[in-house]
Amino acid sequence: MPYKRPLSAAVSLGLVLATCSAHAAAEFNPEISLILDGRYTRYGNDSEYELPGFMLGGEAGRGEQGFQLGHNELVLSAHIDDLFYGKMTTVLADHDGATEVELEEAYIETLGLGAGATIKAGRFFSGIGYLNDQHPHSWDFADAPLVYHGLFGTQLRDDGLQLSWVAPTDLYFKLGAEMTRGAQFPAGGAANDGQGAYALFAKIGGDVGASHSWQLGLSHWSAKVEGRTSGGHAHDVALAGIPTFSGDSAISGVDLIWKWAPDGNASEHNLKLQAEYFVRDEEGTVVMDDGTAAPESSTYDGQQSGWYTQAVYQFMPRWRVGLRYDQLGADNTVVNPIVLAESGLDDEDHTPRRKSIMLDYSRSEYSRIRLQYARDEAYWDDDNSIMLQYVMSLGAHGAHQF
Amino acid sequence: MKRLFALLGTSLLLTAAFPAAAQLNVFACEPEWAALATELGGNKVEVYSATTARQDPHHIQARPSLIAKVRRADLVVCSGAELEVGWLPMLLRQAGNPAVLPGKPGHFEASAFVVRLEIPQQLDRSMGDVHASGNPHVHLDPRRLAQIADALAERLITIDPANAGHYRKRQEAFAQRWQQAITGWEKQAAPLQGVRAVVHHKDWVYLFDWLGLVEVGALEPKPGLPTSVGHLAALKAELEKEPAKIILHTAYQNDRAARRLAQMSGVTVVQLPYTVGGNERTADLFGLFDDTIERLLAAAQ
Repeated sequence: MPYKRPLSAAVSLGLVLATCSAHAAAEFNPEISLILDGRYTRYGNDSEYELPGFMLGGEAGRGEQGFQLGHNELVLSAHIDDLFYGKMTTVLADHDGATEVELEEAYIETLGLGAGATIKAGRFFSGIGYLNDQHPHSWDFADAPLVYHGLFGTQLRDDGLQLSWVAPTDLYFKLGAEMTRGAQFPAGGAANDGQGAYALFAKIGGDVGASHSWQLGLSHWSAKVEGRTSGGHAHDVALAGIPTFSGDSAISGVDLIWKWAPDGNASEHNLKLQAEYFVRDEEGTVVMDDGTAAPESSTYDGQQSGWYTQAVYQFMPRWRVGLRYDQLGADNTVVNPIVLAESGLDDEDHTPRRKSIMLDYSRSEYSRIRLQYARDEAYWDDDNSIMLQYVMSLGAHGAHQF
Repeated sequence: MKRLFALLGTSLLLTAAFPAAAQLNVFACEPEWAALATELGGNKVEVYSATTARQDPHHIQARPSLIAKVRRADLVVCSGAELEVGWLPMLLRQAGNPAVLPGKPGHFEASAFVVRLEIPQQLDRSMGDVHASGNPHVHLDPRRLAQIADALAERLITIDPANAGHYRKRQEAFAQRWQQAITGWEKQAAPLQGVRAVVHHKDWVYLFDWLGLVEVGALEPKPGLPTSVGHLAALKAELEKEPAKIILHTAYQNDRAARRLAQMSGVTVVQLPYTVGGNERTADLFGLFDDTIERLLAAAQ
């Protein structure tokens, strides 16, 4: 087989082929993917959900009993042109029997602005913490860690602007800053003309040999909160009013991820260790809004914190097992004892804890079935819960974050 | 707001503190492209391979160290044809490096420069992990690799015109050595013509296309799906009707299924290097094909 071809001819052939492949890719524009999530849940008790010492908001809660749908998401994304990327995620979820459409994310992001900088604008999950900007379908457990329930109402997202920068160093180093509306829990009220929340985060990471990789993150978030409502001490909200907080709120956190796979080949065995800690400081006023002219109110100075640690091990292809431990703590000073008792800020000298174990099976990278058991001591009424969940994705092949 | 400005200021200072390196930073997705970039670039390029021969290029984590490498890359050299679809787009989006985005000279997809095989007529995930653009494992045909080398040399010249002469000289020298090697390999591998083989994954179509081996089945029932007892039994039954000489797998694939089928059918198992670094004798692309052909010949006898 003689091989002799002038360089230029080969290259022009290459260009023709390259153009063809670009056409093929264009057929997939925009990328559409659908996440299907359903579950069966069994709780040992039917108590109202609460985390003593925490004013719950957002989507915090343990969900319904029995058969139900989880987060079913429709995701559209594409390179808009050579400078912008866009993504929208809509969630279809059942709330009290009605199907609601929720715009979970809708943002644009620059592509290669230069010098390692990226600007994101729109509605997005904040870059703080590790789990926060990951979609629930890529979590390793069927539910969020307690600290995410307690501090963020499961996940912190908001409308605004994010600027991030990756350093030109061999050690991965990323800095990010966000300025957002401040309308979503744990902010609230879109104080300061709709630009009331700020976040800063830094991540460093690298490899240790071929088998290990790690990432360490530091985060800080702060907001001027105006009239943030929460569920409070749920059983007598109607009687006592809706706890409404105004003041300053700040959250700091640290997260560490360590992944191991023999020779960096994760297909047979791999291990993922993960831990996050957050602490929130708040200072201001809590009003028990009951519709009257003179509701109960109190000054409030508090600190709530929490951490979790988890390990997920793939012990054979397709099969993984995971363990997670959650713990929370609160130290709140609320002058008015009625507000303390009814707002949910009283920690009742209880340390919320939870232990979870999960087993999941992935037929392919697009499908996963998970069984999870939790010993939940988050509130007085201890609980044993069982969840059986499926998470499947159809359509475009999404690339996953570390 | 003040914080934002402080952050920007720090960023600019840090950027100024790390001036661009004199060498061209090449980020290769797989070891074969790292080896090719080294052949063509010599001491004018600093090459980093994102993966090793012990890792499955379909399944790589978009880990922090890789983002940092892409951030500093002047040229990204990958297989393309969706081989890296699960991780490369994430690296590119995170790294914020405009020079290496698709469509830019700094983004080179090898499979775009050759005629690809196994382009599916129909796409459906029930067929397993098939690639819309065809089979991406193009480097295992040295004739195609020669075409890719020509294109990559041109690309290096485009990005680094100051060293055009250097790249052209190296490309010419490589093309000549490579052509001689191909002639030798083809002579040596003549007995492999028509040899029937079971493969683990469809990694070998281009090698078989070149040497005339015949693929009679795969250990994976569908591309990307692990084998099953039932599938192995079906393969064994087929092999009884029409025997094969060898069962092939790579260093990054578990050899359990291959050994099981070998026990059941008596067919010889061969672990091929698949890429540069796949065993101790494959330090470069020449070694890769020397070793591959020797192992195939030994097993096919």
